[in-house]
Amino acid sequence: MTNILIALVVLLVIAALVQLTRVSELLAELKNEDVNEVTDSDNQTQGFLYLVVGMGFIVFVVWQMFEWNHLLLPEASSIHGAKIDVLMQFTMTMILVVFFILTPMLFYFAYRYRGNKKKTAYFFAHSNKLELIWTVIPTIVLTGVIIFGLKTWDETMNVDTSEAKIIEVYSEQFKWTARSSGEDNKLGNSNFKLVTAENAIGVDMQDQNSLDDKLLREVHLVVGEPVLLKFRSRDVIHSAFLPHFRVQMNCVPGLITQFAFTPTKTTKQMKQKEGEDFEYVLLCNKICGAAHYNMQMSFIVETQEEYDAWIASKKTLSEKLLTQK
Amino acid sequence: MSDHHKETFITKYIFSQDHKMIAKQFLITGMIMAVLGMIMSAVFRVQLANPGESSILYTLLPGSWVNEMGALNPDKYLALVTMHGTILVFWVLTAGLSGTFANFLIPLQIGARDMASGFINMLSYWFFFIATIVLVSSIYVQGGPASGGWTIYPPLSALPQAIPGSGTGMTLWLVSITLFVVGSLLGGLNYIVTILNLRTKGMSMQRMPLTIWALLVTAILGVLSFPVLLSCGLLLIFDRSFGTSFYLSDIIVNGEMLHNMGGSPILFEHLFWFLGHPEVYIILLPALGIISEVISVNSRKPIFGYKAMVVSILVIGFLSFIVWGHHMFMTGMNPFLGSVFTFTTLLIAIPSAVKVFNYLATLWRANIRFTPAMLFAIAGVSAFITGGLTGLILGDSALDINVHDTYFVVGHFHIVMGLSAIYGMLAGVYHWFPKMYGRMMNKNLGYLHFWATFICAYGVFFPMHFLGLAGLPRRYYTNTAFPMFDGLSNINDIITFFALAGAIVQTLFLFNFFYSIFKGTKASQNPWKSNSLEWTTPVERIHGNWPGELPTVHRWAYDYSKPGAEDDFVLQTEPLKEGEEEH
Repeated sequence: MTNILIALVVLLVIAALVQLTRVSELLAELKNEDVNEVTDSDNQTQGFLYLVVGMGFIVFVVWQMFEWNHLLLPEASSIHGAKIDVLMQFTMTMILVVFFILTPMLFYFAYRYRGNKKKTAYFFAHSNKLELIWTVIPTIVLTGVIIFGLKTWDETMNVDTSEAKIIEVYSEQFKWTARSSGEDNKLGNSNFKLVTAENAIGVDMQDQNSLDDKLLREVHLVVGEPVLLKFRSRDVIHSAFLPHFRVQMNCVPGLITQFAFTPTKTTKQMKQKEGEDFEYVLLCNKICGAAHYNMQMSFIVETQEEYDAWIASKKTLSEKLLTQK
Repeated sequence: MSDHHKETFITKYIFSQDHKMIAKQFLITGMIMAVLGMIMSAVFRVQLANPGESSILYTLLPGSWVNEMGALNPDKYLALVTMHGTILVFWVLTAGLSGTFANFLIPLQIGARDMASGFINMLSYWFFFIATIVLVSSIYVQGGPASGGWTIYPPLSALPQAIPGSGTGMTLWLVSITLFVVGSLLGGLNYIVTILNLRTKGMSMQRMPLTIWALLVTAILGVLSFPVLLSCGLLLIFDRSFGTSFYLSDIIVNGEMLHNMGGSPILFEHLFWFLGHPEVYIILLPALGIISEVISVNSRKPIFGYKAMVVSILVIGFLSFIVWGHHMFMTGMNPFLGSVFTFTTLLIAIPSAVKVFNYLATLWRANIRFTPAMLFAIAGVSAFITGGLTGLILGDSALDINVHDTYFVVGHFHIVMGLSAIYGMLAGVYHWFPKMYGRMMNKNLGYLHFWATFICAYGVFFPMHFLGLAGLPRRYYTNTAFPMFDGLSNINDIITFFALAGAIVQTLFLFNFFYSIFKGTKASQNPWKSNSLEWTTPVERIHGNWPGELPTVHRWAYDYSKPGAEDDFVLQTEPLKEGEEEH
C-alpha cells in the first residue's frame, strides 16, 4: 500500500511540475522571450549537474563495490577455476581502471567545456597521430587480454580426462538426476526410447557397462580427484551451472556434452570459511519452463574415505532393475 | 514528386507515402510498444522484489496470469520477460529507432525528395503495423504469449507440453516476427538504394553526416541477417506444425515420447545468433550515429576523426557477422571454435575504443550547449563506455563460463545496448522534434526527464553486475529457492525501486512530446544552428522536402567554429570560399 501511495505522490509531483512548466512557458510568451532557448546559465547549471551527478555515479559504483563485495562468489573450488579467477581479476582490474579514467573524464569535459555565448570552440577535426595512438594502445592491450584469455580457456577445456571419474548428469523439467559410472568407470549406453517409470534415464541394461552404474540424487566428489561430467537432457535445453567450481555446460536433448574439472576444497572446509549454510549446488541456467528457478541438486566434496563409505551404500542399477524381474 | 497534389486525411496521415510521416508512424508505434514493454518490466520487477506476493500492478494482467493468492504465476513471469525482450529488441530499438530515423533523416540529410520507393516504404510500415497487432494479440490467447525467452530456443519454444506459452502464443510470435522481418527488409532495401542513388549534387559519400553512414551500415546488416532469422523461424514453424525434426531429437516431454530424431537445437542457436549478433549493432549503430551528430552540433565543433568514425562503423559492421558464437560458448561447441569467437569478439573493442576516444576529443575544448538532446547524447557515450567494458569479460570464453546467462549479462546488455540506444533515440527525438512537428519540446521538462532517467537507469542496471557475480541466473521467477542467494534481496529491492521510479518519470517525456506537438512554442527553421541539409527545408514540412530546386552541397556537415567563418556554423550548401580548404 505504501508503494502505491509513493507512486501516487510522485505522479502528483510530476503533474505539478508539468503545470509549472506551462505557466513558465506562458509567462515567457508574455515577456516575448523564448523559453526553449538554451541560455548561458542553462549551460552553467547543466554542466555543473553533469559534474555532480557524474561524480555521484562514481561514488555509487565505489559504494556498491565495498558494500556488496561479501555477496560475491567465494574463490573458486576447482583447479581450473582458480586460473579463471586470476584472469577475472586481471580483466576486472583493467576495465575498472579504464572505467575510472574515462567516465570521470567524460563528465569533467562536459562540465569544463560548458559553453557560453562569448566563447568559441577550438576547430580540431582530426589528428592522425592521436588517432594512431588510440588505435594502437587498445590493440596492444587487447592482444594481451586475448592471449591470456585463450590460454586460460585452453587450460580449462583441453584437460586430460583419462584419469577422471565419469559421472553423468541428466536433466529434465524440473530436476536433476546423476549416474555414477561405477567401479569400471564406464557409463553404460543409454537411449531415450528405453525410458520407463523404473528406468528413469533410459539406461541400456543389455550393455555390460551399465550393470555397476548407480543412480544418484546428489553428487559426491572426492577432493583433489579429477571428474568428468557428461550431460544429457530428456526434454528441453537445460544448463548445468556449478558456480563455485566455475563450471557451466548446456544439456541438450539429442547430444552428450561434457565438462571436466578437479574440486579442491571439501564441503566441510567451505562450511568453516563461508558459514554452516554453505553448500555446493547445481543450478539450471537455461530457461526451461515454469519451475526453472527451482531446479537444483547438491554436490558434496569430501575425502576418499567418506566417499567410499557413501558410494558403497548405493545400489547398482543391476540390483535395482534386473533383480526385480 | 514536388507538385502539391491534394491530400486527403487518409493519404496524409494513414496511408502516407511521405517519408516524414512514415517516420512519425514508426516513432509513435515504437513509443506505444516501449510503454507496453516498460510496464511489463515494472510488473516483473515487483515480483522479483516481493516474490510470490500480490500487487496492485497485477490487475493490469489477464486474470489467468495470477493465482488464487494473487501472486504471479511462474510461467507468466517468463511470458513477461519474453515479451519485454521481444518488444524492446525488435519493436522499440529496431523498428522504433531505425524505422524512425532512417525514414526521417535519410532523404532530408542527403538532399532527396523522398525515399527511392515511397510505396515500398509505406508497405514497410504497414507490415510492421500488422506484426504489432499480431504480437499484442498474442498476449490474450489461451496459454499466454511466447514464454521461452526472446531467443525462443527450441525445444522449449517448439513444445506446448513444455510451457503453456509455446502453444498459440508462440505461433503468433512466429507469425508476427515473419511479418516484422518482411517489413524491415522492405525498409532496409529502400534505405540502401536511397542512400546510394539519391544523394543530391555534391553530396559525396565522404560528405555524408555520420548518421547516414550509421544508417547505411545498419540497413546492410539488416538485409544480410534478417533473412536468416526468417529461415530460422520458418524451420521452427515446420517443426512445430508439420512434424519435421530440424531442431528436435530424442525428446520425452510430459511422459510423451516424441518421434523426432536427428535434429539439433544447436542448429537453431547458430541460425538465431547469426541474426542475433548483427542485431545488436542494428540497434546500436543508428544510436551512435545520432549521438555523433548531436554531440558535434552542440559542441559547436566538428566530430573528431570523421574518417576514423566511418571506418570504425564499417569494421564493427563487418566484425558483427563473425562473432555470433560468443552467445554459444556453453553449448558444448568445439573449444577451438570458442577460441576463434573469443578472438573476433574482443577485436570489436578496438573500433569501439576509437569511437569513445573520438567522442572525448570532440568534447575537448568544445563550447557545449546543453540542449536536452546533448545531455542524452553524452549519457549515451557514458553508457557505451560502462556497458562496453563488461563486454570484455563476457566475450572472453574462459570468463564467460561463470557469468554466462547470469544477471551480469543482463546488466551488460541493458547498459551497452539498451541504455546507449535509448539515450541515442531520445537524443534524436529531442533534436529533430522541431523538424518533425515544427514546434519545440519544452527544454526544462527535457532537463528534468534526463536527470531522472539518467539516475534511475544506472540505479537499475549497475547493481545487476553484482547479482551476476554472486552467481544469480537470469530468468528466475524468484531467487528464494537457493539459500546461497539470500543476501541478494536487498539489491533486488534497490533495483525495483529505481525501475519503478524510472518508469514513472517517463511520463514527463510522454507529456512533453504530445503536449509540444500541439502547444509547443513554434520552431525556427534551424533552431540548433546546425549545418546539415535537413535544416534548410522550410518549417512547414512539405511533401518533397524542398520547394523548388534540390540544394547543392559544397562541404561536409561538420564545419562548426571554423576559423575564418562568420558564424560558428557553415551550412553544407555554402560554397567553399576562395582558398578555403575542405576538412
